[in-house]
Amino acid sequence: MEIKKTTLNKLHQSNNAKFVEFAGYEMPIQYSKGIIEEHKFTRSHSGIFDVSHMGQLFIYGDETLTEELEKIFPLDLKNLKQNCSKYSFLMNEDAGIYDDLIITKIEEGYLIILNAACKDKDFDILSNLLGSKFKMNLDNNRSLIAIQGPKSVEILNSIINGVDQLNFMTGNWFDSDNQKLFVTRSGYTGEDGFEISISNDKAEKFVENLIEKGAQLIGLGARDTLRLEAGLCLYGHELDINKTPVEANLRWAISKSRLSNGGFIGSKKIMNQMQDGASQIRVGIKPEGRLIAREKTKIFNNTDKQIGEITSGTFGPSVNGPIAMGYVDKEFSKVDTKILLEVRGKKYPANICALPFYKKNYVKGVN
Amino acid sequence: MSEVKFSKEHEWITLEGDVATIGITKHATEMLGDIVFAELPEKGSNLEKDGTAGVVESTKAASDVYTPVSGEVVDTNQSIVDDPAKINEDPEGGAWFFKLKIKDTSELDTLMNKEEYDKFAKETSS
Repeated sequence: MEIKKTTLNKLHQSNNAKFVEFAGYEMPIQYSKGIIEEHKFTRSHSGIFDVSHMGQLFIYGDETLTEELEKIFPLDLKNLKQNCSKYSFLMNEDAGIYDDLIITKIEEGYLIILNAACKDKDFDILSNLLGSKFKMNLDNNRSLIAIQGPKSVEILNSIINGVDQLNFMTGNWFDSDNQKLFVTRSGYTGEDGFEISISNDKAEKFVENLIEKGAQLIGLGARDTLRLEAGLCLYGHELDINKTPVEANLRWAISKSRLSNGGFIGSKKIMNQMQDGASQIRVGIKPEGRLIAREKTKIFNNTDKQIGEITSGTFGPSVNGPIAMGYVDKEFSKVDTKILLEVRGKKYPANICALPFYKKNYVKGVN
Repeated sequence: MSEVKFSKEHEWITLEGDVATIGITKHATEMLGDIVFAELPEKGSNLEKDGTAGVVESTKAASDVYTPVSGEVVDTNQSIVDDPAKINEDPEGGAWFFKLKIKDTSELDTLMNKEEYDKFAKETSS
């Protein structure tokens, strides 16, 4: 299959990007400054991320659509206000996760942001579940640009006036340069920031404009270290079809009001696990010293019994040390529990620790 | 000091008497990206040509470091373990990895000179 490119591919090239294949797309892993500098620039200033490979699924409909979506997602969508976003999951009957996503209620229906590797399958699953009652559009004509970091609000507001009035996890349509942009205050780095849905023909000029105002392009490498420091899950690593939201320690994303009556796909399993607890749970892990424990590293207790596995592990530039997430048996999931990590045949000490590794800087309330 | 020689695994080596100093090339560090972890062989251990002698990890991945010649480890550079970023800053100078008492100097003959290595690095990275 031919590798796909986003609209911004040429711009990445002219900014000396190193490319990797990610979910069938040629994506920049880093630019000339490297992952650590890109990471730190995002934390201190403002980083631009091309996330156009992700799916932008528009589903059009009214209250009937809300009712149908409540049968799928563990969310209180009836009480979700227009322009408000929620983090959620598409699950199977066993509460296994097909994908994690952000769903926003918009005037015309809903906008769902999906992972690149899952978006086509998600579309098929949702089409099957919803039937042909609602118009669905997995929009390939729009790019998705994230701008993240403390200076992002000032920079973006100088181009799209009014975005500074958005609260975290809300969005709206804005007019800029004779077109409609959908902007949400959200992101996946642990920083204040925005995601902008923009038509492909305007995307390059828009990003060049952000660069002129002082923001810099950031690759997927730093996106990964940023999200891991923020304790955020990445599909295919922390989340997959064999994991449930309870196991992934994402109970907070399940609306309380939906837990008493269920009625969403996977609700039985979720309700059972909420009551009895899951046998394994996602935790933060901090190796002692400088050792980096990568994905699939085996985790042991002090009597040499394997108790889990790492799902993501790297060096955290802002933490200035190694960090990881993984799953361990419930009885070893308490903060400060001592564990051992097997790396290249040897066992090294590590500790279970609280997430996030790096404290978030989200803007809670503007209004 | 002898001419610098290079291996296909992107190590450099210089010889002073019968002691070789070994590190990874600038080209290797550019391919690896930011280095955040280094593991060195133990002093006194005996290494075989082309065997594993250590590990470097960047933010992206782990890579083995090999020894281009056989010998006994007589010294290691602890400063790159304490501050792995030094490897990116000065890979072919202060950020050497280990020193070997070399067993057989003829093993050096199989290695590349600078010109040959630069050509090799260019061809294999494109």
